[in-house]
Amino acid sequence: MIDVNAFLGASPWRPVPGIEPAALLVTMDQLGIGTAWVTHLPSLYWKDPAESHAELFGIAGRYPRLRPVPVIHPGLPDWEADLRRAAAEGAVAVRADPGQLGLAPAGHEMLELVQACGEADLPFVSAVRLEDLRGRHPLDVAPELPTWAVRSWARSAPRTRLVLTHADRGFIEEVHFSLASDEGRRCWWDIAWIWGPPEDHLAHLLATIGVGRFLFGSGQPLRLAETPIARLDLLDLSAPDRHALTTGNALNLDRRTQS
Amino acid sequence: MLIDVHAHFFHRESARVDGAELNRRRLAAGDRMGITLHVASILGSWGRHSPTYFPSPADLTIANAAQRALQQQHPGRIRGYVAVNPNFTTHALAEIATGAREGMVGLKLAASRRADDPLLDPLCEAAASLGFPVLHHIWQHRRREWPGQEASDGVELCRLAARHPGVNFILAHIGGGGDWLHTLRAVRAHRNVHVDLSGSGTDGGMLEACLRAVGAERLVWGADVTLCTGWAKLRHLERLLPAPDAELIRSGNAVRLFPAGAFA
Repeated sequence: MIDVNAFLGASPWRPVPGIEPAALLVTMDQLGIGTAWVTHLPSLYWKDPAESHAELFGIAGRYPRLRPVPVIHPGLPDWEADLRRAAAEGAVAVRADPGQLGLAPAGHEMLELVQACGEADLPFVSAVRLEDLRGRHPLDVAPELPTWAVRSWARSAPRTRLVLTHADRGFIEEVHFSLASDEGRRCWWDIAWIWGPPEDHLAHLLATIGVGRFLFGSGQPLRLAETPIARLDLLDLSAPDRHALTTGNALNLDRRTQS
Repeated sequence: MLIDVHAHFFHRESARVDGAELNRRRLAAGDRMGITLHVASILGSWGRHSPTYFPSPADLTIANAAQRALQQQHPGRIRGYVAVNPNFTTHALAEIATGAREGMVGLKLAASRRADDPLLDPLCEAAASLGFPVLHHIWQHRRREWPGQEASDGVELCRLAARHPGVNFILAHIGGGGDWLHTLRAVRAHRNVHVDLSGSGTDGGMLEACLRAVGAERLVWGADVTLCTGWAKLRHLERLLPAPDAELIRSGNAVRLFPAGAFA
């Protein structure tokens, strides 16, 4: 399995266990997760997230099962150099979360970054939310990603593959059915926040949107990595579909495995 | 044995037209997860005829009867809480008496009246006399009013629990939204308050914090609306804990909290 939604490093808001690479790898081993796409969690909130890149690339060098997803801040001068370095250092994707960075989600900085990711052939990752709005720290006021921003990204960057994490059924449906087919085919959704039975949102989305659009993602260690596994175990998925969702779709996004 | 202490079902008068299908799916998923018993309530008409968290007495009478019918239909799989609205004391006490007479095993209080309000006292006295635990809907750290409910938080439930030391309280869905760290501080010293692990939230560190705050002896497993997240939390606990402690959370504590023979 490939977890496309994992983090390293401390949360600024509360203690979270398992934030070091070794601990993450122990959890992955216990749950049968072979590879994780990892973001340096504190840098989501840093003024200059690129200050974390050397550490993240260093970790990825020491632990090849952890594939780096550095944060790029498109509001900073010369952010294009950060993107070029990310590609050169083997980033599997890059990300920007406009709420945490204080950027307009569909403003020119974000659109330029999303478009540049297409030029660089790097998937672009963003989270709808990192934590449940109801339980956040009083100072954690970053707005959630709006659906219209994802629509703007998908429509304005025809070469960019978008990986959206922590979206629920309503969000996914609104975006998917507001995009033309070729636009929707460039969006992938992780299953970290999609409910299973009895509401069966995940089963519904797999039936209406298709297995090809979904990825295994957990949000660990901010959220339990067992959650998406439990969701899959409550589905009647064929072995090929389960493999596609947990592994194959993510492999197809990875330049390293494509080359 | 695995007991879900926080389940819900639907009935024909519910707002959900797919209520029967939801019931079927809950039982089917529960079978796959190994749930032995679903201890459940129906909150009135789920908003169809009166608000979910402010249900009318008439809706509650129908809902409790429907809950008992489900228990009779699935005697080996379902048990029922009596759901009441504390604003209607006479009706609530009558529903509790009827429920107890007809095999219900606990009292469900949602969000019709703040947990520390004196109107809850006669209901808790009735629960005490029957050996019923009280499952109370909780917003983890209510910093403000929320529309559609008169939500309570852990501090408010603990005030009620302190007034009724002979009653076991189940603090609902620690993963159901809000700041669970606040709740866990509130409940530490209240030995008759038990934490139900249900809710859609599976925050990393939450279960470890629960264990530090109240120990395995005061945790009970449940799922509420999302069975997948309940199962995930159970799996995580079974990675963390020795088997005897996990067994307490799976069923041992629930067997102790509910009336003798409730799960026979």
